[in-house]
Amino acid sequence: MTGHDLVFVAVGLLTAGGAVFTVTSKNLMHAALFFAVTLGGIAGVFLTLAADFLALVQIVVYVGAVAVLFMFGLMLTRAPIGREALDGQNRGLAMAVAGGLFVVLSTLVIGAFGDLPTAEVTGPRIDDLGIAIFADWVLPFEVLSMLLLAALIGAIVLARRESGESGEELTVTRIEMAQDRDPEALEREQAALTSGSGGTGEEHA
Amino acid sequence: MSPIGPLLLAAFLFSAGVYGVIARRNAVLVLISVELMLNAVNINLVTFQNLLFPGDPAVTGQMFALFIIGVAAAEVGVGLAIVFNMFRNRASVDVDDADLMRW
Repeated sequence: MTGHDLVFVAVGLLTAGGAVFTVTSKNLMHAALFFAVTLGGIAGVFLTLAADFLALVQIVVYVGAVAVLFMFGLMLTRAPIGREALDGQNRGLAMAVAGGLFVVLSTLVIGAFGDLPTAEVTGPRIDDLGIAIFADWVLPFEVLSMLLLAALIGAIVLARRESGESGEELTVTRIEMAQDRDPEALEREQAALTSGSGGTGEEHA
Repeated sequence: MSPIGPLLLAAFLFSAGVYGVIARRNAVLVLISVELMLNAVNINLVTFQNLLFPGDPAVTGQMFALFIIGVAAAEVGVGLAIVFNMFRNRASVDVDDADLMRW
């Protein structure tokens, strides 16, 4: 076991622990912060796998943008805090499905790649990456930019208020509880209604 | 370095994401769990690229990971917009409450 492996084990444990706390934390903001820790750990995993550019992209896009976006989302939708409010009733089912999936995936991975010799980690140089993007992958790259534009416009259209129809205040019927008002005003109103004199619209002007 | 370690880590992260998607009721936390699953796939792609096919001239594994990061960012934007819309209409982000196609 080389030092490289030791670094990977440390970073991997950090990532796995962050993921566990992300999906089990009782506090919403703590879950989002543990998610940021997990994303940073994944960037570290990319570094130990000699994917430097991808690690930087991970930090810029995920830790910088997506995690902050999720925190905005959690703060703007004020939600109840507490395990019963956050988790559904099917926690046992979720544990069974996730555990079974992990067992199946690990046996498949170990069966398929367990006998591979340990190889030296060699990543492509960053200029090879750039040439590959703009030579072999230029069409998916452009399609991705169009997708991002469509998602941007779609998010704006979805999230904005419909000022066309409901921009002005709706005239709603006000329902007041009788016990909230003082009884004298109620009596005066009653008297005005029964006497019939004087427009009833003037009482509350 | 053996590819077993990163692949097992990716499997664990994916399983954690599955657990979160099933167990969580808050829609934003469900989105976070989906992001965990996408990141697990990214680790797999980079592992295969750099440990099993390091000489590939079109750096396929890392390119796929980059595109997945971009698509995931778009997905987060649209998903959060939908969650905000649901919160405005129903005053709740509980996925158990989202049981109507229209009203």
